[in-house]
Amino acid sequence: MRYGEKTAVDGLDLNVDRHTITAVLGPNGAGKTTTLETCEGYRRPHEGTVRVLGLDPMAQRSDLLPRIGVMLQSGGAWSGVRAMEMLRHIAALHAHPLDVDLLAERLGLGDCGRTPYRRLSGGQQQRLSLAMAVVGRPQIVFVDEPTAGMDPQARRTTWELLRELRDNGVTVVLTTHYMDEAEQLADHIHIIDRGRMLASGTPVQLTRGNSATIRLVVTKPFPDDAPASLQVALGEGVDVRAVDERSLVITGTADSTTLAKVSAWCEANGVLPESLNLGQRNLEDVFLELTGRGLS
Amino acid sequence: MSDFTPRPGAAPFLSQVRVQAAMEAKLMLRNGEQLLLAIVIPLIVLVGVVEAAKHLTLHISHRPVDEFTPGVIALAIMSTAFTSLAIATGFERRYGVIKRLGASPLSRTGLLLGKVVALVLVEVLQIVVVGSAGLLLGWSPQTCLAAFAGSLLTVVIATAAFGALGLLIAGVLRAEATLAAANLIYLLLMAGGAVVLPTSSYGAFGHIARWLPSGALGNGMRDALINGHVDWTSLMVLACWAALGATLTARTFQWE
Repeated sequence: MRYGEKTAVDGLDLNVDRHTITAVLGPNGAGKTTTLETCEGYRRPHEGTVRVLGLDPMAQRSDLLPRIGVMLQSGGAWSGVRAMEMLRHIAALHAHPLDVDLLAERLGLGDCGRTPYRRLSGGQQQRLSLAMAVVGRPQIVFVDEPTAGMDPQARRTTWELLRELRDNGVTVVLTTHYMDEAEQLADHIHIIDRGRMLASGTPVQLTRGNSATIRLVVTKPFPDDAPASLQVALGEGVDVRAVDERSLVITGTADSTTLAKVSAWCEANGVLPESLNLGQRNLEDVFLELTGRGLS
Repeated sequence: MSDFTPRPGAAPFLSQVRVQAAMEAKLMLRNGEQLLLAIVIPLIVLVGVVEAAKHLTLHISHRPVDEFTPGVIALAIMSTAFTSLAIATGFERRYGVIKRLGASPLSRTGLLLGKVVALVLVEVLQIVVVGSAGLLLGWSPQTCLAAFAGSLLTVVIATAAFGALGLLIAGVLRAEATLAAANLIYLLLMAGGAVVLPTSSYGAFGHIARWLPSGALGNGMRDALINGHVDWTSLMVLACWAALGATLTARTFQWE
């Protein structure tokens, strides 16, 4: 998928299993929305094929559209339309819609049903948009950054709803740049960056189960040879990577012995740790390893 | 609590068009500025020119109310089919409404038909309101078949022409620029486009004005309702504008 000279998504080979939640995880500008919009039939791929439920999203659009639900990243409603009016409108375009009142209540839209769209809060607009995506009882829902800008309560409600959709046999495809969202919600995660697939798997596969990570943050910038000299001090079996000039991450056999060696190295090099953490390897660490950059 | 088991399906095409048309008409009439443009301004213009004609000498050959009521109906049609449609569509593009509906079972044909039906609903309301006001002021239109056919054809073809031109602007410009351009063009055509006043009152410019969509709309309505004629020349002019507008719109319109 290209825009002029810039290639937004390149050589992305991505399969989604039915009745699962699949997360496309990546930083802003990674090509997540482009990927989703190609599946939704908004964009024609420059090369390659896209099939959703076995259908070509461009050529077989009219067959596909009733079967998918779409939540855009923003907008999608008239500024003067009332929240429930909009939801009823989308429902009326489908043959067997959900009960709109129950759905609205479920998503906490009961209080703002008569509020014009432009006066809804960002989180209310997001929830309405999610309701619009599911009201037609689709087989697949594509949700683009579903919880961006939501408060923690609304975020939990949204996660619960997406899980329930999956448990009822709906396939959920979501994009997110929140690693905790992908880790807690998704059955499968595809990590993409700059339009390319970096890694795919279940959360457990990606974080390699219980392997641990040590994060070291120091008060002053490291000496120039810092990652290399620490690597020598720790020996084989661990991997030292600089995050920025004042922090680095150690993966591999990260245990209390390693922790002690890191302390000793700090003392020998006149470096004062601001924090030294031993923790579970998470998707943030995976992303850092793959790209050499942080996710946010 | 809820059952989300997939049960996909599109509503029947005609019921989609019906709900889309009802929604668009409702939003148009709920919006204060649109209502001003659709109903209030034509009423003010009608009463204004009929009253002013009592004190001024105008080059018109019929009673002022008979001359101006068809023109004000023409103005009302222009405001809805051109200005309101352009502004509404411009903001629909801006707010991603067209994009969102593009992912719903409503097809583009359904969306366009919905817009057309909404326009017709609003225009019927306008014709009833302006026509009733005219009758209260003493309007006595021709009621023969040709008057009916001529005015109906004029309204239909003019709606197509102005609608296509409105969509042309809305499909190319940003929403704010559409708002400004659609209002400006409306004002210019209202003042100088021979909608309310007949082309004969514009002197030499009248020969140009009758080829404008506004002049053709006004002349078509006047010829039908004053003289009981079908004004084929004006209908042809409007049809050409409709074809031109539709061709350009089809080439340039961007849904997002």
